Amino acid sequence: MIFPIVRTAIIALRRDRAALALSFILPISFFSIFAVIFAGHRDSMPKISLIVVDEDNSRASRQLLNGLQTDGSLKVITSTAAKPDSAPPAPYTNSTAEAAVKAGDVSVALIIPRGFGENPISFGPNSDPARSAPPIQLLNDASDQIAPQMVAGLLQKEAMTAMPSVMAETGMKYTERYLGQFTPEQRKRVDDSLNQLRQLENKPPAAGTGSGFGGIISVKERSVVGNTKNGSMISFYAAAIGVMFLLFTASGSAGSLLDEAESGTLDRVLSSRIDMTGLLAGKLVFNTLLAFTQLTVMFLWGWAVFKLDLFSHIPGFLVMGLCTALAVAAFGMLLASICHTRAQLGAVSTLLILTMSAIGGSMFPRFLMPESIQKAGLWTINAWAIDGFTKVFWRDQPVTALWPQVVVLLATGIVLFAIARRLARRWEFS
Amino acid sequence: MVQEAHIPGTAHLPGPSETVAPAAAPPLQVDSLVKRFGQVTAVDGISLDLRAGECLGLLGPNGAGKTTLIRAIAGRVIPDSGRVAVFGASAGSSAARAALGWIPQEIALYPPLTAKENLRAFGRYNGMSGKSLNESVAWCLNWAALEDRAGELVRNLSGGMKRRLNMAAGLIHHPRLVLMDEPTVGVDPQSRNRIFEMIEALRAQGMTVIYTTHYMEEAERLCDRIAIVDHGRIIALDTKEALVRASFAERSQVMARFAGPAEAVSAWVANRGGRMTGSTAELSAEFSVDRPTEIASLLDEAAAAGFEIVDVSLRRPNLESVFLHLTGRELRD
Repeated sequence: MIFPIVRTAIIALRRDRAALALSFILPISFFSIFAVIFAGHRDSMPKISLIVVDEDNSRASRQLLNGLQTDGSLKVITSTAAKPDSAPPAPYTNSTAEAAVKAGDVSVALIIPRGFGENPISFGPNSDPARSAPPIQLLNDASDQIAPQMVAGLLQKEAMTAMPSVMAETGMKYTERYLGQFTPEQRKRVDDSLNQLRQLENKPPAAGTGSGFGGIISVKERSVVGNTKNGSMISFYAAAIGVMFLLFTASGSAGSLLDEAESGTLDRVLSSRIDMTGLLAGKLVFNTLLAFTQLTVMFLWGWAVFKLDLFSHIPGFLVMGLCTALAVAAFGMLLASICHTRAQLGAVSTLLILTMSAIGGSMFPRFLMPESIQKAGLWTINAWAIDGFTKVFWRDQPVTALWPQVVVLLATGIVLFAIARRLARRWEFS
Repeated sequence: MVQEAHIPGTAHLPGPSETVAPAAAPPLQVDSLVKRFGQVTAVDGISLDLRAGECLGLLGPNGAGKTTLIRAIAGRVIPDSGRVAVFGASAGSSAARAALGWIPQEIALYPPLTAKENLRAFGRYNGMSGKSLNESVAWCLNWAALEDRAGELVRNLSGGMKRRLNMAAGLIHHPRLVLMDEPTVGVDPQSRNRIFEMIEALRAQGMTVIYTTHYMEEAERLCDRIAIVDHGRIIALDTKEALVRASFAERSQVMARFAGPAEAVSAWVANRGGRMTGSTAELSAEFSVDRPTEIASLLDEAAAAGFEIVDVSLRRPNLESVFLHLTGRELRD
C-alpha cells in the first residue's frame, strides 16, 4: 500500500509548480555560486595586492622589489593608477601608500626606507645598532588578519632567495668582524664567489619560483590527488550544498503530514486499508526519490556547466546518492513527527539544518575546522554524505570503499524512521 | 438529479461478514462504550444496535459526544472501556474498515488534486484498482453531481461541491455502513438540499447510515430512528413519533410573548406551569396544553393578571421540544 501514497504525493508536487521549481532551482543556484567562487577558478587564485614604496632605490632594495614582483601570490603596485581625469600615474610615496591602506585600496603596504641597502640584513639581536639598516615598514589594515602575515613571511623568503649575494656579503662582513680580516688570497676567492652569485641573480627567474635562486631547501611540489581532475572541488560543493538543501526539502515535504493531520485527511487515510507504518513508508519512499532526483539534477548541472566527471563515477554516485537521500528523507520524517505545527517545523528544521550544515561541512570544509568540531561533525548526515561523495569523485575510490558511509547513512535512515514511526503514534489513535 | 443506480461492484466487495463475522451479524453493535479525554468524559457508557438498512440519527448539541462516538466506530478512537463491532468485526480491524465508509466533519481531501484524482487516491488506499476503481469513481462523481467538475482542483471547488466530494470519497470503496458526521456543516440551503437528495438516494438502495447533526429538521427528514445524545449519553432512542409521544403524549405547545414587567411575568408563567424561553428582554414563554382550545383560557388568565400577550402560536412538539423537555436546554446551546 506504499505505492498509492507515493503516487498521490507525486501528483501533489507536480501541481505545485512553484514548489517543484524551487526545490530544483534553489539548490542549483546556490551550488553554482559556491562552485564559481571556490572551485571554478582554481588556476587564478586571488593575489594579495601590495603597495611597495622604494625610497632607497639601492641594489638590495631593487632586488627585494624584484623578488616580490615575481612572486606568484603577490600583486605588487608601485604607482597610482591612471585616473579618468587624465591625472598621470605617479609613484607611491610614504604618505600616499598610507592613505591607500586607510582608504581600503590595499590591505598592506611596504615602505623600504632610505639607507636600507647599506646594511640590509642583520643576523640576531647582537647586531650593532649603529650599523643596522632602518627597518622596513609594513603598513596594514587590521581588519585583514591574513595579508600582513603572508607579506611578512614572503618578505623573509625573498630576503633569502631574491638577494643571495647581499646575504653572502653580509655574512662575509660578520665573518671578518668576528674572525679577523681575510688574507688577500681569501679576499680574492670571496669576491669571485660573490661575482658568480651576482651573475646567477641576473638570470631570468623560472616560472613560479619567484626568483632565479632556488631557495635554501629545494622543494618540488607534486599533487597526488585532485590535481588531474577537472573541477574536483565541484563534486565537493555539489554534495555539500546538495545535502543541505536536501535536508530543507525533505523536512518541508514531510510537513505534508502536519497539513494532512490538521485537515482531517490523515484520519481518513488511516481509516482506509493503509496503516500508519504504510503511510510513513510511502512518504519516506517519495521523499527519498525526491531527494535523489534533486541530487541527480544537481550533479548533472555540475557535469554540464562545470565539467564534473559524473559519468565515470555512476556506481559510486548511485550508492551515495540513494543512501544520502534515504537518510535526509528519514530526517525530514522525524522532524515532521516531532513538531505539532508547520510553524514549529519551519523553526526547528531551520535551526537544526543550519547547525548540521555548519559543523557537517556543507558551508565550510571540515578539514579546516578545529578537531573537536570535526569530531562533532561526524554526528551529522552532511559529513558522512560529503565524505562519501569525496571518496567517489575526488579520491577515485571504488564503491567498496564507501562501506563506512553507506552503513552510517543507512543506519541513520532506519533509526530516524523508527523514531518517527514511534512518535507518529500520537496521530494514530486518540 | 442524484444518481439512483446501484453502487457498482457491491456484489464483489469482500465484506467483513464473509471473512470474519457470521452473515447475520448486525451492521453495528456498541456496548457500554466509555471514552475519556483527561477529566472530560466524552462518551459515557453508550450502548447501541443498528439494524441493516436503517438510518440512525445522532442528535445533540455541539460537544455532546457525537463525533467521539463516530470516531470510535471508525476505529480512530480507542475506548477506555466497552466494545464496538461492525458487522461483527472489532472497530479498527481491517474487516471493519473495509465495511465502513466514514465521512468526517472536516473536508478531508487533497486540495492540490482534482476531484477525480482524490476519488482515485482514496479508492487505491482502499485496495481498489482497474475497472472497479474506474466504475466506482464514475458512480461517485455522478452521485455527487460533480461529473462536469471532475478535472477541477479541489481547492477551486465551491464549499458545497467540496462537501459533496468529501461525502463521495467516503463511499468510493462500496461500504455497507456509512458514518456521516455533520455533512452539511457550513453549506448554503441549496447545497444542503442537494446533500439530502444524495443521502436519500443512498437510503433508497438500502444503505445503512449513521447521521450526526445538531439540526433537528435534518434528523427528522432523513432518519428512521433518532438517538438524542447529551453529555456523552444517549438519553432517548426511538422513532421521532415515539420520542415525541413519550415526552408529550398528545399535548401541544403554546408559544407566547408578553408585554409587562419581567419579574411579574416570569412569576405568573411559572405559576401557570409554563417556562420562560429565549432572552429576558423578549419575555417569551412556552406552555403545554392537552387541547388547542386551552389557548383561549390562557389568554383570559393573562389578561386577568394584567399582562398583555402580544404574540401567540400553537405547535406540535418536535425533536427540539423533546430535547428541551429531556435536558432543560435548547438543542443549539
